[in-house]
Amino acid sequence: MQTLIQNLIASGLFGKNPPSELVAAIVVFVMSALVFVAVALPFAGIVTWVERRVWARIQSRVGPNRVGPQGFLQWLADGVKVVCKEDIVPDDADARLFKLAPYLVMLAFILPWAVMPFSSSLILADMNVGILYMTAVTALTVVGVLMAGWASNNKWSLIGGVRSAAQIVSYEIPAGLSIFPVVLMTGTLSMQGIIRAQGWAPQHWFLFANPFTFVAANILYMSSLAEANRTPFDLPEAESELVAGFATEYSGWRYGCFSMAEWGNLFVIGAIITTLFLGGWQFPHVTNNVVAMNVLEVIAFLVKVLFLVFVSMWIRATLPRVRIDQLMTACWKYFVPISFVDMIGTAVWVTIWPEGNAAMGYIMFAGAIVLGAIFIQRVIYYLRRSRMEVYFNPTI
Amino acid sequence: MIAVSEYVHNIKDTVSTIFEGMAVTASHFMRKPYTVQYPDRMPVRVQDTLPFRYRGILEVDLEICTGCLACERACPIDCIVIVADKDQQTRQLLLSQFDIDIAKCMYCGLCSEACPTGSIHHTTEFEGADYSLESLIRRFVQDPVMAYKAKKGPETDPRIAPILNRGMAYLDQWAQPGGEKPGGEEPA
Repeated sequence: MQTLIQNLIASGLFGKNPPSELVAAIVVFVMSALVFVAVALPFAGIVTWVERRVWARIQSRVGPNRVGPQGFLQWLADGVKVVCKEDIVPDDADARLFKLAPYLVMLAFILPWAVMPFSSSLILADMNVGILYMTAVTALTVVGVLMAGWASNNKWSLIGGVRSAAQIVSYEIPAGLSIFPVVLMTGTLSMQGIIRAQGWAPQHWFLFANPFTFVAANILYMSSLAEANRTPFDLPEAESELVAGFATEYSGWRYGCFSMAEWGNLFVIGAIITTLFLGGWQFPHVTNNVVAMNVLEVIAFLVKVLFLVFVSMWIRATLPRVRIDQLMTACWKYFVPISFVDMIGTAVWVTIWPEGNAAMGYIMFAGAIVLGAIFIQRVIYYLRRSRMEVYFNPTI
Repeated sequence: MIAVSEYVHNIKDTVSTIFEGMAVTASHFMRKPYTVQYPDRMPVRVQDTLPFRYRGILEVDLEICTGCLACERACPIDCIVIVADKDQQTRQLLLSQFDIDIAKCMYCGLCSEACPTGSIHHTTEFEGADYSLESLIRRFVQDPVMAYKAKKGPETDPRIAPILNRGMAYLDQWAQPGGEKPGGEEPA
């Protein structure tokens, strides 16, 4: 970043002796706009199409297949439709808050991209409080959602907003506590620092560092799903009870903001888990070419994140919605105590083996492979029992 | 102690049931979709696969319409409009209007049950989408035509006979087993 600004000033693109702060500001604005337009928005769009296709296949359907090849351009059609719709502000709504709320939710989705570690050098700002910043800004969603629910002046919206607030505030705690084990082991909050403390091989990931981190990773994933209002924790917008929850009164572009942030947050969740537990962009050193190495690292990062995004779609197609009391029971009676145990357990572990226990990594990884094998065996059992034609081709 | 074992048991239950559930959905993910790709990826038209008495869009065979207005009276929502007048010179019924508003029609089939000759009947056609309500009104009479008059004995006109046979076959389809034939007062 610094060298880029120096080079830009030296190239004379901004005239002689431009103020370096101004150049830095322009660079930051252009780069964040680029990340937003070129990465975040298309991702949020495409993931809606992928999600609908994945659900469809799980429910023995085909899914969107008319717009473009295999329906791939469905997200563009939906986006254009949403933007063309009338933007209605109800008479009884608190107009100013009502208009502001979607942008706050959107903000909570855009801000985490600043510390998104795509590769060893491709990161907008490697803050020394990276992961703390990430959890802080994603929690900003609750402000926007509660504001939307309140300003809509509609009972369904209000119930949705309040439920969302209760949910996000509750699940912040296990999510925050599940980050502690990693921080305890690395001694840093920087995203790049956490990734550099891990290796490219699975046995060097923090997921398999010790049993406590494995549990912490799972709790963090589920809590993040709850914070992003994903099924099975989608109470704030439970269609059968609350129409669309806090987004009931919204239409047009503002509604688009809500759904875009919702789907885009999947990437943010995947990125947090990947960074903390799955070794981030770590890739074996195969070439000395810096650009090629960075490309490989970006691919490694994206593969892990997209796998987690796929798993969240899979969970959404599998589990039914929980009740509000079950939601709170799961959080306060199970997730919170278990994450405290995780934290203390990791602290003890780090005290005993300050450099980590290499053998444990291999044992945990072997255990995970056994678990995966049992899972595949179960899947084959269900496939055989149904006597259905197996069809792996993603196109129809 | 009981509370602790219950707690552990709950966690074990949750994890194992989610594990099984994910395996079930994963197996579904690998199956071939059931969905039939309507309308353009089928070997035959859907209309050709439907049964004879499928209640699609109504159609009228004017050649065998007796102008009895039974269908107009039977229609619960008045979507059929018929104008039938006696011609002063020939003393015969003259049909000058026979409109069915497909937009209003609810496909109940009461009109085709009331029809004595099977003139008004459902087709297997169901794709009725159009750009205006006006174009959904089917106008069967272009120029005024004579109403059909039943003859004693079988139909002799070679042009009308097959149409009448089809109409009566349609009526037979509606007949209840053991019950009276609907609209059966006129022999074929």
